[in-house]
Amino acid sequence: MRKLMIFAAASAIAATLGIGAVVSEELTTLRGPSPNADVAVSDVAKQEVGNRFERAYRQQPPLIPHQIDRYQIDMRANQCLNCHDWSVAAKQGAPTLSMTHYLGRDGQQLDTVAGTRWFCNQCHVPQADAKELVENKFKPSSEVK
Amino acid sequence: MTDTNTQAAEPRASLWRRFWTPSARYALGTLLVAGFIIGVVFWGGFNWALEATNTEKFCTGCHEMKDNVFAEYKQTIHYQNHSGVRATCPDCHVPKDWEHKIIRKIQASKELWGHFITKSIWTKEKFEAKRIELATSEWKRMKATDSRECRNCHNFEFMDFTKQETRAAKKHQEAIDTKKTCIDCHQGIAHRLPEGGYEAYQKLSADMAPQGETEKLRAFASGLGKPVTQ
Repeated sequence: MRKLMIFAAASAIAATLGIGAVVSEELTTLRGPSPNADVAVSDVAKQEVGNRFERAYRQQPPLIPHQIDRYQIDMRANQCLNCHDWSVAAKQGAPTLSMTHYLGRDGQQLDTVAGTRWFCNQCHVPQADAKELVENKFKPSSEVK
Repeated sequence: MTDTNTQAAEPRASLWRRFWTPSARYALGTLLVAGFIIGVVFWGGFNWALEATNTEKFCTGCHEMKDNVFAEYKQTIHYQNHSGVRATCPDCHVPKDWEHKIIRKIQASKELWGHFITKSIWTKEKFEAKRIELATSEWKRMKATDSRECRNCHNFEFMDFTKQETRAAKKHQEAIDTKKTCIDCHQGIAHRLPEGGYEAYQKLSADMAPQGETEKLRAFASGLGKPVTQ
């Protein structure tokens, strides 16, 4: 009986150690890379306020020459329109939206901005002299001909 | 009948008389010192309560504020910014000077009614449905006081327009010239705008404009989104 108990205990210990060894081989860590390691973060490009950048190609949506981070653009409100909608643009001294933005999806003329054009920052972004993240050899068609 | 009336009135009358009769029992000094101490406790307690209910912690103690307006506020410039100076709820929503502060505090009892009895903005849906009404009433207060709470910190006199974006500087100069107030342009800077907020503000602005200006502004507001006929 005593021999049996010792054997059982010994095999239990062996099994535990064995499993431990296997686990330690397969799973070094669950956390991924060490959080202390330096993570290179590129500098955030400062927004260029004031001078307007030229378009890089004809169809490019014009860049925004001012900050927009405090403007609300969501399903409830679009603060861009407070200055840029055709009905107030002249009074506010702001460029008005392109008239294409008042065309519904079936081509019908609308008086208010088309729903498909509601989210301005889907195409228009604040201008910044930012270095491209990936090398880019893009040329506008006018330079290619 | 008359007898019962006089009997009922008797103890009250004597209490009144006793209150105004010089005390023969306590020394004048005792009365003065006791009165002074009680006065300090009451006045101090009153001010303490006033201050305690004038903190962000108190405001966000109710889920209506914490989950809606405060959650939105956390993402705005008045909560987090480059300089680390920030405004708390009462900085904008409770006047600083005594008179207006007390009036606002008394008005705020309606908020308790809404919280405990009618539960008017208890759920997200209820809050969203009422948002335009709540926003409009705050805009109205701001406009009526010439954005007094904004001006506790922001002052045109000390605003360096040369350090602003050209666009902003131009607009601020225009605001001075045409006697506009902060809230006329800066709605939705601390909380999200409700749907139809812009139109609601134009209407409010027209309603509150001084006589003579009203017609002009109303014409402007009604012309929004419609072709100009001139």
